[in-house]
Amino acid sequence: MGGAAMNADVTFLADTALAIVRAVPVTLGLFVASAIGASLLGGGLVAALTAGLAPVRGIARGWIFLFRGTPLLLQIFMVYYGLAALGPVRQGPFWPAFRDPLFCAGLAMTCCCSAYIAEVLRGALAAIPAGQIEAALACGMGRVTRLRLIVLPQMLRLALPAYGNELVMMVKSTSLASTITVLDVTGVAQQVIAHSYRTLDVFCLAAGVYLGLTGALTALLRWAERRLDPTVSDGAGEGASR
Amino acid sequence: MSEQDLPAFALLGFGTDGWGRVLVLGAVLTLALSLASMTIGSVLGALLAWARGSRRGWLARLATAYGVIMRGVPELLVVLLLYFGAPGLMAAVAGLFGLPAPGSPPAFLTGSLAIGLVSAAYQAEVFRGGLLAVPKGQVEAALAAGMGPWLRFRRIVLPQVLHHVLPPLGNVWQFNLKDSALVAITGLAELMRVSLVAAGSTRRPFLFFAAAMVLYLALTSLSSAVFRRIEARGSQWAGRR
Repeated sequence: MGGAAMNADVTFLADTALAIVRAVPVTLGLFVASAIGASLLGGGLVAALTAGLAPVRGIARGWIFLFRGTPLLLQIFMVYYGLAALGPVRQGPFWPAFRDPLFCAGLAMTCCCSAYIAEVLRGALAAIPAGQIEAALACGMGRVTRLRLIVLPQMLRLALPAYGNELVMMVKSTSLASTITVLDVTGVAQQVIAHSYRTLDVFCLAAGVYLGLTGALTALLRWAERRLDPTVSDGAGEGASR
Repeated sequence: MSEQDLPAFALLGFGTDGWGRVLVLGAVLTLALSLASMTIGSVLGALLAWARGSRRGWLARLATAYGVIMRGVPELLVVLLLYFGAPGLMAAVAGLFGLPAPGSPPAFLTGSLAIGLVSAAYQAEVFRGGLLAVPKGQVEAALAAGMGPWLRFRRIVLPQVLHHVLPPLGNVWQFNLKDSALVAITGLAELMRVSLVAAGSTRRPFLFFAAAMVLYLALTSLSSAVFRRIEARGSQWAGRR
């Protein structure tokens, strides 16, 4: 009898693990799409923050204030339920997209995380010594050359640790999509629990999947940091990072 | 007149049709929830930071593992686990003493505990950084001056740790405040939950989510102003800047 119960246990855990692993592409896809979107938008926000026009700067500042100051869960509900209640959205050409919970979760995450990434990039930009920009100017470099050769490579290196933290946060944030019926890892776990009433083992399986994802991402980021470290890659590093 | 036709100011107001009072009470509960979880996180985080520096290897490893797990797993999962898992756990503990199952613990307790457990992992990192920032020579000098462990902690270590720890603690607080919205799934009538209920019963989700956003913005920007005030006071007191 004990053997049969244990067998049932093993079967249940294996089935649950399989169901949860099948949901990983949803979680991962949501993460990758919103990470790319948020990074591009974050870069745009930093560009806007340094713009000459005051209204452009103001909009970027307002955007960062709004999305950093409110919970992501609320933003997701706002996009999925709030915007859907508005006539122009309902009758507009993008309605099929706004009806899709996965798209709404991705959109909210993109907007939210772009604000955090913009702050990270702004910090990195501020850490580049002004003397270097002046030197580049003195060498007769144009705006694009300066950005490509002096500013961007260093920004990348300076921003990477904090940017990596944001990416790890984003992997975890994808779980909020389950609150608007997206069947990601958390969504599937909740579904299994609703049928089986086995809370602890199912949540532990889901937690294991997330730990695997965040762990792999952290390892990848650490590798990238080492690659970009001037003291390791080549001796020509000018030690300007401090 | 149905609620759908009421003007926005009446729905958000403090009159009989208004949700203003409910929303403000929700914001107050959000603040209380965040304070409770921040406190739980501070106590547990300080313990974890101490354990990380402990000479007992297993204790240090345990604290490290706690940090890795809590910072690698979504906060929502922790809230869900406690919410669904707590009644079973309490029944099991009660069963050990031969008592009947006590049912679900109050949502405020499980909510603040869940957010506090996550917060502790982040606060442990902050405290560890603060402890490392106190130069070893100063502690040795205090020892040489014949200060006892308590006096040393109070006069030498604590003031400097506080100075280093306040800015990152402000960050943790902001995350705490926003994470508290996750407790809405347990049915606790904090700001997120209240706005959901109002949005559902009036069918005006945009209006009520926007109102909740304004209240959250007020909470986050007010508390960051408070932290800036304390930091300014602290650096004055530490004789810097």
